[in-house]
Amino acid sequence: MAKDVEFPARDESRRKFLNWFLGTTTGAFIFSVLYPVSRYLIPPKVEESTARTVTLPVKPQEVKPNSGQIFRFGSQPAILINTPAGELKAFSAVCTHLACIVQYRSDINHIWCACHNGHFDLNGKNIEGPPPKPLEEYAVNVRGDQVVVSKRG
Amino acid sequence: METRDPKHGKLWLWLDERIGLKEIEKLARKKEVPVHRHTAWYYFGGMTLFLFMIQVATGILLLLYYRPSAGEAYESIQFLMTEVQFGWLVRSIHAWSANLMIFAMFIHLFSAFFMKAYRSPRELTWISGGGLLGLALAFGFTGYLLPWNELAFFATRVGTEIPGVVPVAGPFLRRLLRGGEDVTGATLTRFYGIHVAILPAIVTIVLGLHLFLVQKHGMSRPPSAEAGDSAKRSMPFFPNFLLRDLVGWLCALGVLAALAAYYPTELGKKADAFQPAPIGIKPEWYFMAMFQTLKLLPGHILGIEGELLGVLGFGVIGLLLVVVPFIDKRTAPGPLRRFSTVFGIILIFYLVLLTYLGYTMSPTK
Repeated sequence: MAKDVEFPARDESRRKFLNWFLGTTTGAFIFSVLYPVSRYLIPPKVEESTARTVTLPVKPQEVKPNSGQIFRFGSQPAILINTPAGELKAFSAVCTHLACIVQYRSDINHIWCACHNGHFDLNGKNIEGPPPKPLEEYAVNVRGDQVVVSKRG
Repeated sequence: METRDPKHGKLWLWLDERIGLKEIEKLARKKEVPVHRHTAWYYFGGMTLFLFMIQVATGILLLLYYRPSAGEAYESIQFLMTEVQFGWLVRSIHAWSANLMIFAMFIHLFSAFFMKAYRSPRELTWISGGGLLGLALAFGFTGYLLPWNELAFFATRVGTEIPGVVPVAGPFLRRLLRGGEDVTGATLTRFYGIHVAILPAIVTIVLGLHLFLVQKHGMSRPPSAEAGDSAKRSMPFFPNFLLRDLVGWLCALGVLAALAAYYPTELGKKADAFQPAPIGIKPEWYFMAMFQTLKLLPGHILGIEGELLGVLGFGVIGLLLVVVPFIDKRTAPGPLRRFSTVFGIILIFYLVLLTYLGYTMSPTK
């Protein structure tokens, strides 16, 4: 058995330096792997649809009173409603609770989300159930045979 | 020089020289399973493992026909269900076995919980088991989207919106999960990768750790069987317990086959991002209690958004389950030791009640 050799203090500091060097190199290596991987996992930003106005593929007289239908507003769903009073209204169809798509309930004249039973009135206001905020309302204009929906403000 | 071994053949001896079968045999003979009035609960761990193996096998079979894109996913499963011989059966077994596995897992979790199997030195066994439950739920959640049907689409919209309500990191997490701002084909591809590659890799490691720890520490005796004569009673794992385990597996297989054959999984309507959520939409039963909680919470509670409070509540419950071995120690004072039992009973009661409400409350009122 070899006897333990006593290293002079100079060697101890060399050992310290080597440990530090090994540690930082390992750290740098791990970082240089993890950084690109984590960036890779984050999806790139896709150009958001900036549509502020959309012309619907329906004629105003085709939308029955007391009914609603979903349409595309850019990349997002929106809902067009003909109220029992015969007024055309449009809102974002994305529920403010957990982002399900709402529908019009002709039996109670509410905009309703089937996922968690959220109710909105015909002004888009959250009146019952879990939704914390009202639905965003869009401006509806009838130009001759066309229904044009646009963002407000 | 060859010694004659009357018990083993030539092949066994050949293999033993190379991989050390004798050590494995010794290990198997050494393993004992405690016998007491709660022994029956031990079978649910093995049953979960059995159902997991079925998941792996049927999952691999499904991979051969499934196409992970928004344009083809639904159609590929339609093809699988109608054209491929026994395609409906393989998919049905995969879906039912997933449900039964999570059910067996819950029983395993709560039986370990009430038998206080998490106490020192088994804290890491308990925590790795909790991790496996989390992974199983993640498997369930990601797999649910893959058919790209209406229910799956909305379940994923809601499910990925939930981490989105967390302050600060929420929107980032949501984007990371969805692979974009909305649930689209990008989400489907992402979930597919998570379901068939990332989660299996993580489960292999965590399950390996869990099983290793169970081998290392042996099965835990509940407090009621720690003293007196019952502290000594046990049976050999091999073959006595293993054979009983196999009977349990056979029962699970019977139930699974009956469910898969008589109640085949449906496919429903194809996902459409421009259709309202269908009336009566529900998640899988194991998410029902959470779903119903979110449904019943009002928009605002004391100025905080209800859904945020709900999500934080789920987080706290999960955290309590993880840290319970450090609260309920053998040396802890009485009230702390009783805390875990009371917490477990309340949790079960809550889960059962909310699940019951979820299935019985009218979806339109």
